[in-house]
Amino acid sequence: MRFGVVVFPGTWSDRDCGWVIDQVLGQELTYLWHKDTDLKGCDCVILPGGFAYGDYLRTGAIARFAPIMEQVGDFADRGGLVWGICNGFQVLCEAGLLPGALIRNASLEFRCEWTNLLVERTDLPFTSKCGDREVIRVPIAHGEGSYFADPATLSRLEQRGQVVFRYCDSRGRVVPAANPNGSMHNIAGIVNARGNVLGMMPHPERCSEAELGGTDGLKLFRSAAEGALKVLVS
Amino acid sequence: MSIKSVDERRLREVALTPDEYKVIVGQLKRAPNEVELGMLGVLWSEHCSYKSSKALLRRLPSSGPGVVQGPGENAGAVEIGEGWSVVFKIESHNHPSAIEPYQGAATGVGGIIRDVIAMGARPIALLDSLRFGPLPESSHHVEGIVAGIGGYGNCIGIPTVGGEVYFEECYANNPLVNAMCVGLVRTDQLVRARAEGTGNSLLLVGADTGRDGIHGASFASLELDGNSSERRPAVQVGNPFLEKCLLEACMDLTHTDAVVAIQDLGAAGLTSAVAECAGRVEGAGALIDVERVPRRERGMSPYDVMLSESQERMLVVVRRGREREVETIFEAWDLSSAVIGEVTDDGQLSVVDGRDHVARVPVKLLTDGAPTRRLVGFAPEPPYGLEIAALPPLADPGATLLRMLASPNLSSRRGIFRRYDHMVGDSTVIAPGGDAAMLRVKGTRLGLAVTTDCNARYCHLDPHLGAQLAVAEAARNIIATGARPLAVTDCLNFANPDRPEVYWELEEAIAGLAYACRALELPVVSGNVSLYNDSNGESAIYPTPVVGMVGVIDDYGKRLSAGIRAEGDFVLLIGSSHNDLGGSEYLKVEHGHVAGRPPGLDLVREKAVNRLMLSAAQSGYLHSAHDCAEGGMLVALTECCLLGSIGVRCPAIRPEPPLRLDAAFFGESPSRYIVTVPSRAMPELQSLARRHNVELSLLGLAGGDHIEFEGQLKLSLAEVRQAWEAMFL
Repeated sequence: MRFGVVVFPGTWSDRDCGWVIDQVLGQELTYLWHKDTDLKGCDCVILPGGFAYGDYLRTGAIARFAPIMEQVGDFADRGGLVWGICNGFQVLCEAGLLPGALIRNASLEFRCEWTNLLVERTDLPFTSKCGDREVIRVPIAHGEGSYFADPATLSRLEQRGQVVFRYCDSRGRVVPAANPNGSMHNIAGIVNARGNVLGMMPHPERCSEAELGGTDGLKLFRSAAEGALKVLVS
Repeated sequence: MSIKSVDERRLREVALTPDEYKVIVGQLKRAPNEVELGMLGVLWSEHCSYKSSKALLRRLPSSGPGVVQGPGENAGAVEIGEGWSVVFKIESHNHPSAIEPYQGAATGVGGIIRDVIAMGARPIALLDSLRFGPLPESSHHVEGIVAGIGGYGNCIGIPTVGGEVYFEECYANNPLVNAMCVGLVRTDQLVRARAEGTGNSLLLVGADTGRDGIHGASFASLELDGNSSERRPAVQVGNPFLEKCLLEACMDLTHTDAVVAIQDLGAAGLTSAVAECAGRVEGAGALIDVERVPRRERGMSPYDVMLSESQERMLVVVRRGREREVETIFEAWDLSSAVIGEVTDDGQLSVVDGRDHVARVPVKLLTDGAPTRRLVGFAPEPPYGLEIAALPPLADPGATLLRMLASPNLSSRRGIFRRYDHMVGDSTVIAPGGDAAMLRVKGTRLGLAVTTDCNARYCHLDPHLGAQLAVAEAARNIIATGARPLAVTDCLNFANPDRPEVYWELEEAIAGLAYACRALELPVVSGNVSLYNDSNGESAIYPTPVVGMVGVIDDYGKRLSAGIRAEGDFVLLIGSSHNDLGGSEYLKVEHGHVAGRPPGLDLVREKAVNRLMLSAAQSGYLHSAHDCAEGGMLVALTECCLLGSIGVRCPAIRPEPPLRLDAAFFGESPSRYIVTVPSRAMPELQSLARRHNVELSLLGLAGGDHIEFEGQLKLSLAEVRQAWEAMFL
């Protein structure tokens, strides 16, 4: 099992994801440079957090044109696991691998704080280690994480059960007070229809060790490590 | 060579005095040309030359057992064990932030990060010590400066884990922004910015050079006045994305031995970077060809190039013949680099523009030539006496507590630090909001505690004692986490030292810092001085000697945080309380005074309390610990409850005369901590306290969801939290 972590100029969660994969999980790790043109045999590709290309113009708008993204798109089309975290989620939306967009937080401020997420899908390769409708604690750190989609897209997402994580209170109630950024339907993470491309704003790599305040993120990394082996990449 | 040969207006523009000009002419044995005058003006500015404070700064202790690098480099460095050193420095960006809050603060952060990178260290944490005028009038400063700090730190991916925010009338026109950066380096890979090796190449990397920030250092050495907003072009614009690339490329440089030195370009740009780098090596000089400097815009003169303060640039000294190797590293990050000159052995900083001669000035004249200013200090009338006996007795402790928690200086800072990414790096094991923050050193069990501190009100009332109290409180912040204080970086923010009462404050504060640092065995390894924090010749700021401190714990598994952890634990006050209401928040919030003597500090007692705390933490007797600071015992206790979401039940406080009830609750006696202790550890802790001869008082038991002192106050945590968080959420 080999995780590939993509590094754009301006990416900073690459090392945190790498730390969890390599030091906490003990899985194989390869960094994929944005100028690379092959995925070096990775079973799961992570697009980590940061400010790729400074996020100038619009978050993720320039990163989607990086040479590596063509390979990532192909890999996703063939059923490979692609996981966008924070800025990576924004890049996946810009690249059209996931629907919708991330816009400025309703508060118009950057927010770094712990959130509760209701896990609504546990049949995915990314979430198989989570309990059914489990509430997990995962921190966010973003200024533009408010999920937005047109009504048709939104209802399609809901109908097909593509919403994976929703901001909720500590008892799992999806309420406005638990929404840190104004996301539609309290959406914190979605998956594509095929179930192999996940995008989420919260940072699971920041809560994979007890000393950092929680270990719920590790459930997602463990799920992906196991799930990637079961996925058939055509 | 008379003074009349130069226009006096021109001298004012470069912030040189006629006397200084005479020294220059005498040393050069000729009149300087325009470019030379500009270069000398900026390097002789207070900001770069420390000409008013240099003599005083020598009093600070700067060496100690673990010190690897003291003052004089881009940042200080201290060994922390297992082959690692911590590199850190604090620096002010007050003047730019006053007139352009967002960019002023952002570039302050960017600048201090480059200082740490230049040492070959990876930056792992940022802290920001901020002072504002009262709200709502100063909200444009608060908004812009907080956004600027977040904008830079969040984008570059270095966690902002601590600092302070204070509000006081005296900062209304002169907000203070002091940014501190902490980095880690393998001790044997520490880089120093020394231009060694004649013939080695000077490589300028990072951003292209533009006209921004010309005369920034000189501007920072003048009082603000009605025309200061015209100085806005002297404020630079930050590009954190570019600096992130620069950071990673510089980290990649550690894999090659082609690099001799790295130097940040900050105040006074290329002139200062080259002069400082050469000035550190006896006899070294440098030859710069401005034609080879990549430009952002056309038509820039050599003068513009030499004085530009464009951000996100570094100077790298590369072994001759290996330039390509280093350029390749920068190219990988899409960064431009250019060989702009070389190291020489003639002790001169020579500048050419292609074939044309531009300037030639002895390096030593630039770096050490500014005549030390002999200023005179006079003690002013001691500010406002306080007759404690005349204060009305405390009527309703609960109502007072709520008012104090809702006051600007004591309210929760969560609304501010949640706008900063304080988690990136996966190392933050104590988050902001308590005493010091803590970062783990990955791959080891070491934890690094970091804090900044200064109660400027104390310094206003008594600068010598106030500065001592700042050192002591910073050390207590570190110790409250279970870590040992290691070393200090200081940022001395003062008003115009030409005024005798201000110079006296500076003298006293530095003497106080030196005294406390010696007593607590804390070397000052880096620092910065910011003078002329005045506006229109008045509204001088309080003397504000901010103390940045780092400490280390051998096993971060034994760290302590401030929040109460378990119901049923004993809640104790360690240390003795006195009628220390002078300069207190209680006096300001409840009685509207800033008056009296600051709390007395007995550094021998302080050390005894600290030894007890470290020994108890090491032995695992404590469940939590919190320093008692502004607001006194009751505010500290309340913070312990709110941070842990557990209440406390206490019997009524019946202070023994002469201790007053208001002082018992809200007095600010130093050398005190609130700790919680599981009942089984009580006997050990008591005997430990006896052995260290430290007073231990049982306040009550942790539990429930109220803060209660029987018959004196009872408040639910919910209403207390509401008051505490109302201001910034």
